[in-house]
Amino acid sequence: MPTEHLSKQYDSELEALRSRMLQMGGLVESQIRSAIEAFATGSEELINQVVATELSVNESERNIDDDCSHIVVKRQPAAGDLRLIMAISKTVTDLERIGDEAEKIARMSKQIHDAAARLQIQSFANIRHAGDIAVQMLRRALDAFARQDAAQAASVIREDVAIDNEFRSILRQLITFMMEDPRTISTALEIIWVAKAIERVGDHAKNVAEYVIYMVKGTDVRHIRLEEVERQALGGA
Amino acid sequence: MPMPRSDAAPVAATNARLKLQVRNLNFYYGGYQALKSITMDIPEKKVTAYIGPSGCGKSTLLRTFNRMYSLYPDQRAEGEIIMDGENLLTSKQDVALIRAKVGMVFQKATPFPMSIYDNIAFGARLYEKLSPRAMDERVEWALTQAALWDEVKDKLKQSGNSLSGGQQQRLCIARGIAVKPEVLLLDEPASALDPISTGRIEELIHQLKNDYTIVIVTHNMQQAARVSDFTAYMYLGEMVEFGATDQLFMKPRKKETEDYITGRFG
Repeated sequence: MPTEHLSKQYDSELEALRSRMLQMGGLVESQIRSAIEAFATGSEELINQVVATELSVNESERNIDDDCSHIVVKRQPAAGDLRLIMAISKTVTDLERIGDEAEKIARMSKQIHDAAARLQIQSFANIRHAGDIAVQMLRRALDAFARQDAAQAASVIREDVAIDNEFRSILRQLITFMMEDPRTISTALEIIWVAKAIERVGDHAKNVAEYVIYMVKGTDVRHIRLEEVERQALGGA
Repeated sequence: MPMPRSDAAPVAATNARLKLQVRNLNFYYGGYQALKSITMDIPEKKVTAYIGPSGCGKSTLLRTFNRMYSLYPDQRAEGEIIMDGENLLTSKQDVALIRAKVGMVFQKATPFPMSIYDNIAFGARLYEKLSPRAMDERVEWALTQAALWDEVKDKLKQSGNSLSGGQQQRLCIARGIAVKPEVLLLDEPASALDPISTGRIEELIHQLKNDYTIVIVTHNMQQAARVSDFTAYMYLGEMVEFGATDQLFMKPRKKETEDYITGRFG
């Protein structure tokens, strides 16, 4: 915010809240990155790390939401302050769900990795590519949050189309495997779950971007056409 | 400078009828200009709140609506405040009649040094000749409207000063209502009251807007957010922003308004 509150304490409470949310975002980002790496390598160490991180992510969600409630009850925030707090409270829910998806990918990784190698299903490159897009979306959404950049948030929302296309492409490839060799069905289905989890990460990153536009512009851009979202995000305050 | 038309749009958008139309209103305390070209519409049977720091002119503006300022020789207003097609500022009507149509309740409860019954009947006697029975009915009606009847019905002969602060303020509201005004002006009506009495006054405002046009000045922004349909933010005698309350507190159009309502003003 460009100017400070009369209450310095209020300023520091809001700043601490924002920092903790961004820290949680950083934690989740590394968690999903590790999960995708674990999928590609089957590394048990990475898998355990992703699962263990989930506890910290859950705790962050609870603590940050609790802080939001405390600020609301003590300060009765209005306008931009209220939108910031609402956006943080909603964002941590999406971040926690990204953590859940990361854990899901990690838990399936070991088994899929061994079976896929045996059955020669070549889907790692595509999954990694989709995963990279998802991680980048998340990072850019959090960066837009930190910088209060509605235009960047709108571009994150546009990227969701790319990840949806990747998901459909992976689906088509795995269906081909399954049709050609029914022994691959079980493993291919599990890989589809991983691809779906990555697609969901993209959806959550898109949600975070929508909250950024709400926070900055005061406009709720959920469930409206992309062109309208961009018009709102790029329009005057 | 006249207010941009966009600031009148929130009222126009609701299709509410207009009760008061303020046009290019300037107000002076001697040589000091306290209001600068205020233009706004006050919708009928809605609550309109004024917020702003001390000295911004919100109470001054309220006091022009029933020409309360004309009690003081060095105070004058220019411009128009139109009610029912007539400019109140230049009206030939008796100011007492204007004040009967536009009632006012002040920050500090001001019960008259007389019984609860007579406090209510006082104003009604000035403007109407009512039979004793009709007067009894009027007193009960006004006290019921002000949510005070159940608490005082057995002690109507007691002094108004014997009531608690919150009850005294509701007594003053009842006294204002007893002459059946069209507009009720409330100048910080709950600022000296505890939270429970404040809650009662706010509930009362909510009930009263079914029948009256209410204009309230308050330092308590949360109160403005709770009770009003429209809010105006004033600063240094100017109307900075006027809009639907929900919009003004969620997404004010002006940065100055945002700074004030979020506590960045200083």
